[in-house]
Amino acid sequence: MQNDTLKNDRGPLIRQKALWMRRTAFTMVHRAKMGHPGGDFSATDILATLYFGVLRHDPARPTWADRDRFIMSKGHASGAIYTALCAAGYFPEDWLPTYMQNDSPLNGHPNRNYVPGVETNTGPLGHGFPVAVGIAIAGALQGRDYRTYVLTGDGEQQEGSNWEAAMVAAHKRLKNLTLIIDRNRLQQGASTEETSSLDPLDQKYAAFGFDVQIVDGHDIGALLAALTAHSDKPRCIIANTVKGKGVSFMENVAKWHHGVPNDAEYAQAMAELV
Amino acid sequence: MSHAVETAGLYDCRDAWVKTLVDLAAHDPRIVAVVNDSVGSSKLGAFQKAYPDRLINVGIAEQVMVGVGAGLANGGQVPFVSAASCFLTGRALEQVKADVAYAGFNVKLVGQSSGVAYAELGPTHHSIEDFAWLRPLKNITVIVPADPWEVEQAIRWAAAHEGPVYIRLSRMPVPALNISDRVFTPGRATLARQGQDLTIIACGTITHLAMTAADELAAEGIQARVLNMHTINPLDEDAIDAAAKTGAIVTAEEAHLRGGLGGAVAEYTASHRPVPVERLGFDGFQPTGDMAYLFERSGLTVAGIKAAAHRALGRK
Repeated sequence: MQNDTLKNDRGPLIRQKALWMRRTAFTMVHRAKMGHPGGDFSATDILATLYFGVLRHDPARPTWADRDRFIMSKGHASGAIYTALCAAGYFPEDWLPTYMQNDSPLNGHPNRNYVPGVETNTGPLGHGFPVAVGIAIAGALQGRDYRTYVLTGDGEQQEGSNWEAAMVAAHKRLKNLTLIIDRNRLQQGASTEETSSLDPLDQKYAAFGFDVQIVDGHDIGALLAALTAHSDKPRCIIANTVKGKGVSFMENVAKWHHGVPNDAEYAQAMAELV
Repeated sequence: MSHAVETAGLYDCRDAWVKTLVDLAAHDPRIVAVVNDSVGSSKLGAFQKAYPDRLINVGIAEQVMVGVGAGLANGGQVPFVSAASCFLTGRALEQVKADVAYAGFNVKLVGQSSGVAYAELGPTHHSIEDFAWLRPLKNITVIVPADPWEVEQAIRWAAAHEGPVYIRLSRMPVPALNISDRVFTPGRATLARQGQDLTIIACGTITHLAMTAADELAAEGIQARVLNMHTINPLDEDAIDAAAKTGAIVTAEEAHLRGGLGGAVAEYTASHRPVPVERLGFDGFQPTGDMAYLFERSGLTVAGIKAAAHRALGRK
């Protein structure tokens, strides 16, 4: 009951943080003339929910042994993870304009040695889930009660290493592990189903031994409930999302995978993101 | 088999590896082993028996094996990820690059049955490219122990060291090296024999052959220095500077001619100390054959090393 109240209380804060994250990430991409804004926006609400409603963490102690871990496996959506970490207080806002500039800590893909709060270096797809499995095993070995979350893209699920990780996670019944799939249905050139189809993704993960839940990846209440649920098996949350969510001309348009806005597009996006 | 080779004065270095790991694990609960169904080939049976919960077998899946190693390090464990070196470094190379080296996690990679130990099984199972693949990953310390003593030193050092390490082991029986006052310091070559006419730089399974070759050269009046270059990365540049002063260098390794120990020595000397360098190693995929045959055809024998020494001396 108290928990429900807390969740309800968090909704407005999470939505406010998500709006700031989208505006800030798009500003970073516009300034750098590089980035992956489509995937930033499909993942934004998931990250805002994690950092402001789910994770047990302390930005002042990024290596605290009992912290919950979040692994951003789709590391190209660096606008989303950097804005989430910055909003949470892991690094100051004046880092943001340096995004992808020479010698910036904010590389195009996150590096844990540059940015506090980044758990592992990602970029090549299919790396985050295996690392998350290792973190979950360490927690179980040590009897720690932290939880491990990993977010992959949906196209990223085409990498075979994910399925190696799924086998291990299910075999070891890693109940402290939650895989979140950003199911925006678009990869860089076309839809996932045209390219190398993923469906029925839920049945695949269920068959591997996961407790599978499908949610609207932009419904904060649904995300809060799904991300805080427990199971006796590893969890797989398929978050149905919209690539480019929040900006009318970007939504569900593949070219915004790594599209860069011109000044007029930037202005229109800022007018819509309010 | 191990007992038989030891009574012949030869050792399977995997025995020293598992004995040392079991001993370390007794005092350090952070130590775990991660394998790809390779408990037997890694000789980890004793570890599994002593610490069943700390032996993480991911099945035949090298990518997740190395990724799990990085994750365990994130969680504060000290993982020794042990698998046939051909699969550990080849199949999982991107995980080694991104998750271990670039992320900088405290992961120990232990390559088993390296070089051409799986001789007749062919090039898919040979691991002669591993030095070339790992050397550019500069923060991975690459150690190639030559005998059981050095295996133990390397494993103990790796467990205490904070940072990624690759230890390249073999199942090929080798003698215990007869080197007096021996000290193991990663990145510092061991002087196995003093000499001033030329320097033979060897590592791993080839070191004892180089020492025998030097003994035989001495009978011809040639004083060959022998360096046991147990660490390929970082390279002992001071020892190579000193080797260059002998006027000629031979390198010998159970690895590819391109990009390994010989490549590293040639890179350094070409830039800083130009000197004739004769390199012994494998020049690409090997034909069907047993280990002795493969060593013989590439000059990785006492006679082959002596011949290379004469070629190098002829270029002085």
